[in-house]
Amino acid sequence: MKTQTAIAAALASALALSACSHKAPKILPPDPGGSVSTDTSAGTGAVTPGSQADFIAQLMGQDTVYFDTDQYNIDAADQQALAAQAAWLNKYPAKRATIQGHTDERGTREYNLALGERRANAAKNYLVSLGVDASRLTTQTFGKDQPVAMESTEEAWAKNRRAVTITID
Amino acid sequence: MTVKKLLALFCAAALLPSTVLAQQTAPAVSQEVDEEVVGNLDNDAKIAIPAFATNADTPTQTSAGGTSALGMSLATVIYGDLKNNGLFKPTGPASLPRPALAQVQAPDYPGWQGRGSDMLLQGYVRAETDGNVTVGCYLYDVSLGQQLAKAGWTVPPGEWRRAAHKCADLVYSRLSGENPFFDSRIAYIAETGPKGHRMKRLAVMDSDGANHTYLTTGQATALTPRYSPDYKQILYLSYFNGSPRIYIYDLASKTQKLLLQSPNPLFAPRWSPDGKWILYSVAIAGNTDIYRMPSNGGSAVKLTNSPGIDIGGSFSPDGSRIVFESDRSGSQQVYVMDASGGGQKRISFFGGRAATPEWSPRGDQIAFTHIAGNFRIAVMDPSGGSMHYLTDSWQDEAPTWAPNGRVIQFFRTARTSGQTGIWQVDLTGKNERKLDTPGDGADPAWGPLRP
Repeated sequence: MKTQTAIAAALASALALSACSHKAPKILPPDPGGSVSTDTSAGTGAVTPGSQADFIAQLMGQDTVYFDTDQYNIDAADQQALAAQAAWLNKYPAKRATIQGHTDERGTREYNLALGERRANAAKNYLVSLGVDASRLTTQTFGKDQPVAMESTEEAWAKNRRAVTITID
Repeated sequence: MTVKKLLALFCAAALLPSTVLAQQTAPAVSQEVDEEVVGNLDNDAKIAIPAFATNADTPTQTSAGGTSALGMSLATVIYGDLKNNGLFKPTGPASLPRPALAQVQAPDYPGWQGRGSDMLLQGYVRAETDGNVTVGCYLYDVSLGQQLAKAGWTVPPGEWRRAAHKCADLVYSRLSGENPFFDSRIAYIAETGPKGHRMKRLAVMDSDGANHTYLTTGQATALTPRYSPDYKQILYLSYFNGSPRIYIYDLASKTQKLLLQSPNPLFAPRWSPDGKWILYSVAIAGNTDIYRMPSNGGSAVKLTNSPGIDIGGSFSPDGSRIVFESDRSGSQQVYVMDASGGGQKRISFFGGRAATPEWSPRGDQIAFTHIAGNFRIAVMDPSGGSMHYLTDSWQDEAPTWAPNGRVIQFFRTARTSGQTGIWQVDLTGKNERKLDTPGDGADPAWGPLRP
């Protein structure tokens, strides 16, 4: 694990191209009310360890990494999130995962499909650098067609420029 | 091939029911008639378009009804085509007297002058015994007292609107000097549902929005269609196992198949003007490049090889060159290359980003999306000069050319709501309008002039 951490640190400096002040918060605030929230890290007994529900609960928002406009570099906050993902994936080595790349709405359709793939691939490469076998990871792109924030604002666009890791149960 | 040219139309005797119709399969549009050249186009040419005459109100199998109602509908479709074009000031049949059959070729010039008309477009419709309908179309200069053009077509009842579009094309090309374009179709993506969960279906329609048909159910998202030059197939994008794939839809058999088997995402399918080649883009490990393959199958050739996203691609009309977009410089810009991939050269230097280039069927211009704040449709010449904007809205993208290279459609997205619509603009940028589609619309692709 120590060598992996060292590799991660090296990649961190190589890949972190900018300070990325416009990025979305890495850990989104919990839903108001939170009556059905699963992010109880202690576990409630309702979540099967090693399941996607467990992944969501353990990662507490770090299942998603965010990007600047037109960018796909993995910055410091992304590294932290991906390290948490890698730790979970390395704990359950039989699990496979898909990384879905998305863009904001302020781009042309075809370019955004390619950009979504590029973001998913950047996240995948970083997970591989942290010891996750590449054969366990696939990528998908949805371009601008699946936003999670519906406003047409800088804040919403920052939330939509993302790569989401989904483990396959 | 469904439209038959009626060669014998031009003699008056052709109007008699006993005349044998000399028909042939028409390879192209209506013939022109020798006339002196009309002077500079009056941008406000007042064209009277009365209901088409008929010798008797005969029932037809057309959706318009009998020949009398059909004569009214034909004139209404022509009126719509010419009105929406922006070059003319047509008056439609609702407010004009319908000429008698005998007047179709002997217009009441003083009467039309009295109404202030510059031009008169009139015609007739006749039901044939085999169920087809024959439409005659005559254009007159009212002030000169002269016939400018005439043509006729015999069409199956289901295609009566095509005769109207052919007639509007005759008027448009005779008066503007440009090539015709109304008799053409558009493939697009019909969108419904909320912003984060849109249903996207492949759909087709006539250039005026009529004869609208959905081709897919919407269970799988459809994107970026392109009509084949012969209108027999449509290339488009759909999702399979979560990844975009290129499908080829056959319109006659209503079946579709994957263009290519690939583990990688495929985007941006395009036809060459002769239909013999297909361009597409493949994303492999974060790097997207453009490939060319024979449309009947066979091995692909990789045309671009730069790190970054090279995508799209549109052939020049002669097929020798390709305009495409690449972010190899750090942002989306427009490049040209030979059809073999050689001589790649950036041509957009306007600040901001330049995307979705489409080469005009006339060859003289390239339409694209310019992004600097707003997303705007713009045109430039093939060397990147003479750039000017055609639209100015929050987000306009994906221009597609009319067959004559003088009109552009694109899609416009509304801020916040995400609602989309297909719009049309001419090269002056002054004549802009939204197409009437059943729901939202995006990704328009204009096909060629129909044969």
